[in-house]
Amino acid sequence: MDIQVTKVGVVSCSGEEIPEGTLCRLACRKVLDERPGETVTICLPLFIAGGEEERTFASNYPTITVDGCDKMCAAKATEMLSGKPSKSLSIPEILKKHGLKPPTKLRHFGAEEDAAVQAVAEEIAHAVDEVLEEE
Amino acid sequence: MGKKHKKVVVLPCSGIGKVYGAVARETMYELVEKLRPGLATTTCLPLLVIRDPEAVALVTENPVITIDGCPKDCAKKSVEALGKMVDKAYEAIKFYKEHKDLKPEGIAEVNETGRKLAAVAAEEVAKVVDELAAGEEK
Repeated sequence: MDIQVTKVGVVSCSGEEIPEGTLCRLACRKVLDERPGETVTICLPLFIAGGEEERTFASNYPTITVDGCDKMCAAKATEMLSGKPSKSLSIPEILKKHGLKPPTKLRHFGAEEDAAVQAVAEEIAHAVDEVLEEE
Repeated sequence: MGKKHKKVVVLPCSGIGKVYGAVARETMYELVEKLRPGLATTTCLPLLVIRDPEAVALVTENPVITIDGCPKDCAKKSVEALGKMVDKAYEAIKFYKEHKDLKPEGIAEVNETGRKLAAVAAEEVAKVVDELAAGEEK
């Protein structure tokens, strides 16, 4: 019997040290807020700090990881500790695709960063649609 | 008096689901950018999860303060998973309990009141940063 997938996991890089991390968090949060019935998230360090329920996150939900830099912590940690992500998105690649400059601030994003947040959120939402169609 | 340190690592919660995670991050940014630039520093918590050598070295070779956003204590546990005990662990809700006039709102980023709470919290944590840098144990 096929099981209908109703929610997609979105795992964000938290990237406290880099502006792209803040962009990542804001864009992921935007998608989670706009599509509450179809998306769910987990704090990445819970793969280590949490229990069995947290560690089986990527087995329970097809998961999209979103990373702020080429270290790809979200993708690597999810695969290492929970399960292979269905899709892995990269902020630098998304910004390049949309011809947008990387943000320069670590916090207090405003109008100047809106286009980048919107572009990343749209890419995540598109990936959510694709995963829901595929599953 | 123990060894003096040129860096004190401040690690906040990395969550995007609760307001106190955002307060924790804002407090760290106040310390790193405004109150103790150059002395207080941070790294991305997920870098510890994937055992990035540079991030692991920073955390294991310097005093560490964690500020968690919920009782799951991810920041503290992520450091302890490296075999290192944190020098001081906070839960961000403590700052609100002590300053009930500053109720924070927001999840990915805090509102203006949350920023004020973080500024007050950072003043308190800055004293601990100074003590740890001077080699005092907490």
